[in-house]
Amino acid sequence: MGLIRFAGGLYDLSAKAAYWTFVAPFKGRPIKWGDALHQMVVAGFDSIPIVALISLFIGIVLGLQGAYQLAKFGATYFVTALVGVSMTRELGPLITAIVVAGRSGSAFAAELGTMRVSEEIDALEAMGLNSVRYLVVPKYLAMIVMMPCLTMISDFAGILGGTAFEMAQLDKTFSMCLSATRDALLMRDIITGLIKSLVFGQIITKICCYEGLSVRGGAEGVGKATTSSVVNSIFLIIFADVVFTAIFYYTS
Amino acid sequence: MIRVENLVTYYGDRLILNHVNLDCPAGETMVILGGSGTGKSTLLRHIIRLERPASGRIFIQNQDICPMSEDRFNLLRRKIGMLFQSAALFNSMTVEENVALPLRELTQLEESTIRIMTRIKLDLVGLNGFENFMPSELSGGMKKRAGLARALAMDPEILLFDEPSAGLDPITAAGIDSLIKKLKAAFRMTIVVVTHELASAFRIADRITVMEHGEVIATGTPEGIRQSRHPRVLQFMNRIPDDEQVDQQEYLRSLTQT
Repeated sequence: MGLIRFAGGLYDLSAKAAYWTFVAPFKGRPIKWGDALHQMVVAGFDSIPIVALISLFIGIVLGLQGAYQLAKFGATYFVTALVGVSMTRELGPLITAIVVAGRSGSAFAAELGTMRVSEEIDALEAMGLNSVRYLVVPKYLAMIVMMPCLTMISDFAGILGGTAFEMAQLDKTFSMCLSATRDALLMRDIITGLIKSLVFGQIITKICCYEGLSVRGGAEGVGKATTSSVVNSIFLIIFADVVFTAIFYYTS
Repeated sequence: MIRVENLVTYYGDRLILNHVNLDCPAGETMVILGGSGTGKSTLLRHIIRLERPASGRIFIQNQDICPMSEDRFNLLRRKIGMLFQSAALFNSMTVEENVALPLRELTQLEESTIRIMTRIKLDLVGLNGFENFMPSELSGGMKKRAGLARALAMDPEILLFDEPSAGLDPITAAGIDSLIKKLKAAFRMTIVVVTHELASAFRIADRITVMEHGEVIATGTPEGIRQSRHPRVLQFMNRIPDDEQVDQQEYLRSLTQT
C-alpha cells in the first residue's frame, strides 16, 4: 500500500516537473534560470573535486586488481583497456550517481523537508506560486545538465588513475596508455555511460525531492526523509543500472 | 466575502471538520476560537485551498473555490494574504527579498517600484531598517511582522492569520493585535484570525466563532459569546480543565492492557 502511494506520488511529481520544464515555458511561464544556475553550481560544480578524487582512486584500484589477474596470463597490456571500458561503461556513471545522491540528493531532501516543516512551501502555494516550478524544476534541470558532465569528469579521472598506476608499476609510458585507451574505447561505451548517468540523475532528483516534499512531523521527519531519500535513490540507481546494462548488452 | 457551507474533511479516517459553516462579510474581523486540535487551522487552510475538503463548499467573493482550476484560483489568491503560525519566511532570503517575492513573481512592476512598495510595507509593520536582515536574525515577534508585511505585499482584500500571537510574550502579542486593528481601520480588509488566546480574540473581533471537535458550537458578537450559556463555551471562557477520568476499573484496564 505504501509502495503504491510512493510510486503514485513519484509519478505525479515527475509529470509536474516535466510539465513545468518542457511545456509551461511555451505558455509564458519561463523557467527560473537563475535558480537553475545556482543549483548547477551547488549540486554539480561543487561536486567536481569529490567525484574526481573518488574516481581517481577507483581507477587506481581497477588497475591494481586488473594487473593482479592479467599478470597470470602475461596480459598486463590489457589493463588499460579494462580500466577504460569499465570506467566509461559502468563505474563512472555509478560512482558519480552514488556520490551525487549522498551529497546533493540528501541536500535536496533536507532543504525541501525543512521548508515543508516550517510552512515555507505552504507560503509559496498560498501566494499562488507553484512549488514544483520554483523548487523542483531548477534541481531537475541542474541534474540533467550536470550529471553527464560529472560522469565525463569521473571517466577521465578514473582513466587517469589507472594510467598513473600503470606508469608507476607496469613501466608503460603515458602515450602508450593513451593509445591503448583510444584503441579499447568505442564511442558506444561512452554514450551508454552518459545515458545511464542521465537516468540516474532523474532518479536522484525525483526520489529526493519527493521525499523532501512529503515530510511530516518536524525535525525527526526531515531526518528520516533524508535517510530514506539516499537509501532509496541508491537502491533504484543500482536497479536501473542492472536494467540498462542488460538492455545495452542484448542490443549490441 | 467568505462563506463556508457544510465543510467536511478527514485526515485518513479521522473526521477533522464536521459540517462547518462560517460566514464572514466584507470588512469584518472574524475570530475562530478553539482549543488545540479542534480543526480551526485546518479550516483556515481550506479557505486558501492548501487542503481539499471531502465535501462542502467554500465561497470567496461569491465564487465557489472548490471546483476552480488552479490558474483561476491563483488569480483569486492574489487578493488573499496569509500569515502562517511560524511566519514561514523563506530562510534563504533577506527580509526585503521575502516581502518583494510576490511582487517580483506576480507583477510586471519595475524593480525601483517594487523596492519602494516593499519599504512601505515594512514601514507599516514597524520593521523599517531591517531590510537586509536574514529571518534567522529576527526575534519571534519581528518574524511575524515580516511575515505580515509579505502577506500585505499584494495589497490583499482578505487577510488570514493562523495563531498570530502564538509563542509571543503578551506585550509583543498585543502589538500584533493592534497592528491587525490598524490594518482593518486603514484598508477595510476582511480578516479571519484563528487563535486560542481569549484576550486577543476579544480585542480584535467583530464576530467570534467557537469550535470544538471539528464543529462550530457558537457564533456571535464578542458580547454574545461572553453571555453564551453553552457549557463548552463557558468552560473555554473560564479556563476550566476537562474532568479527569475517575472510573477506576477503566483506568486499571487501560494500564494492564497489552
